[in-house]
Amino acid sequence: MTTNEISRTANLILNIIFILLAIACILPIVLVFMISITDYDYIVLNGYQFLPEKFSLEAYAYIFKDYAVIVKAYGVSIFVTVVGTLLSVFISSLYAYPISRTDFKYRGVFAFLIFFTMLFGGGLVPWYMVYTQVLDLKNTVWALIVPMLLSPFNVLIMKTYFQMSVPPALIEASKIDGAGELRTFFRIVFPLSLPVFATIGLFNTLHYWNDWFNSMIFITDTSLYSLQYLMYKMISQADYLSRNGALIQGSATEIAKLPGETIRMAMALIGIGPIVLAYPFFQRYFIKGLTLGSIKG
Amino acid sequence: MITREQKSTALPGQSLPTGRRTKKGSVLKHLLKNKVLLLMLLPGVVFLLINNYLPMFGIIIAFKNINYVDGILGSPWVGLDNFKFLFATEDAWIITRNTVLYNFVFIILNLVIAVSIAIALNELKNKLAAKFYQSIMFFPYFLSMVVVSYLVFAFLNVEYGFINKGVFALFGLDELNWYSEPKYWPFILPLINLWKGVGYGCVIYLAAIIGIDNEYYEAALIDGASKWKQIKHITVPLIRPVIIITTILAIGGIFRSDFGLFYQTTLNSGALYPTTLVIDTYVYNALINMGNLGMSAAAGLYQSIVGFFLVLGSNWIVRKVDKDQAVF
Repeated sequence: MTTNEISRTANLILNIIFILLAIACILPIVLVFMISITDYDYIVLNGYQFLPEKFSLEAYAYIFKDYAVIVKAYGVSIFVTVVGTLLSVFISSLYAYPISRTDFKYRGVFAFLIFFTMLFGGGLVPWYMVYTQVLDLKNTVWALIVPMLLSPFNVLIMKTYFQMSVPPALIEASKIDGAGELRTFFRIVFPLSLPVFATIGLFNTLHYWNDWFNSMIFITDTSLYSLQYLMYKMISQADYLSRNGALIQGSATEIAKLPGETIRMAMALIGIGPIVLAYPFFQRYFIKGLTLGSIKG
Repeated sequence: MITREQKSTALPGQSLPTGRRTKKGSVLKHLLKNKVLLLMLLPGVVFLLINNYLPMFGIIIAFKNINYVDGILGSPWVGLDNFKFLFATEDAWIITRNTVLYNFVFIILNLVIAVSIAIALNELKNKLAAKFYQSIMFFPYFLSMVVVSYLVFAFLNVEYGFINKGVFALFGLDELNWYSEPKYWPFILPLINLWKGVGYGCVIYLAAIIGIDNEYYEAALIDGASKWKQIKHITVPLIRPVIIITTILAIGGIFRSDFGLFYQTTLNSGALYPTTLVIDTYVYNALINMGNLGMSAAAGLYQSIVGFFLVLGSNWIVRKVDKDQAVF
């Protein structure tokens, strides 16, 4: 009897293709890593190479010598990510739960209120003015947290999950037993919906950690730079390193021979940092979450 | 109950106001009954009103000549002047063309490649290896656009970049000034977009493929269908709904673009604008760099309105194809 497996040759060819694809996906990061540990003078002569002949940890030495700026940016990023993720998961689930309840009379109104925002918006200019003039959040850490608190897409995923995983009879039973709405939500719905809380939590963690846009438009105070924004500053301004006295304190001659290119690339690796460490854990839940979303569409 | 009986004894002339009061009373009763659920919604509602609905009133900025002395409400109305200025310049055409064409290329390219990869992954004999490849290909999705811009920079930097120094030097080709040559970016940007997003698309299609009932393939095997025929007549048709939905939803967003991709990876280089400026980056540049509130708001409104009809239109098509998949 024949099986429906592909032939050995086809399997081999596919594997080779996939190995090449996988390499293509991580090669840029390997390059950046190699640049970060290359001797600066070698780069000036030969450019960025995958296999440089002269290594040096000078770039990291420079960064760690004046670590205050980076530690500060890490602090901002971590604070924004932790507080932002907790708040947004909380608010999103509080919004998704009532509109998932078929016995809640006004679910249509509130569902419309949030899903309409997917259709139409005022545009960047009025939105920017609300945050800077009405709320006056410019140059505060809240400008990095508040704008991303609630996403219709996340609410949609949570609402669908609540409907699928929590039978209405269970909620009814809990109420008959005398539990209030809040008790029902925290004691019955929440434990049954842990996977979706994890998924949305991870989505939000990634969004907050990787955000630079809000910093770019709302933050001018250097002490509130997030890590991504600090990196953006370093790449967008060619002479940022030599102009930033806070990062490198030294004489003019020292600044002149600063290994700018390698410092940049070392910064990129430091910026990827925690995401790489969390990646295997992240990935499992992301795939679950995406699969979850795609079943509904 | 009691109120209803009282109402029936009231005079005919009085029935209307009492009836209204009863209706109000029942609304109040409903609100009280659902007060906890409503309280749960409160933070989200406050957020939506401030973050999404309040800016909608700001649309008037597009019709005004804003000056900071008079404020938004006090500034003079200029009718459609901001739009006239916008569409009088070449910019309006360039940003519309770029936005639509790039998104079109992204949609096609990502679809074809993500589906192909998903099908191939599913065929691999060693499932552990398949999982491993999938993990690696998903990785770029986790990086921020700032990090991606560094990766691109490592390849394209004029003085030291790997392409110029490593590849071109090897073949004796002249160095290229990548960040000031617009003509290469219509190829570079789709490549970056594909690199970053293909793993994500692949997960969705793979989930759909795994969901296909194995009996279809067993039957096809008995009929002697080759692998290629199975893919053509079973796999692709059965994941078609997912393909259609993701594509149509993407078409709905064709007027919006990934700001990070167009702003960060091009280093917002002015020399590249002819082929890299999209509506989102134009609105940002007009607002922050030129301080032209009126024109920036006009471009934003143009994007919102066209986007609105595109989403409605594509949702209407989704409804026709598969009612359950429609968002609204």
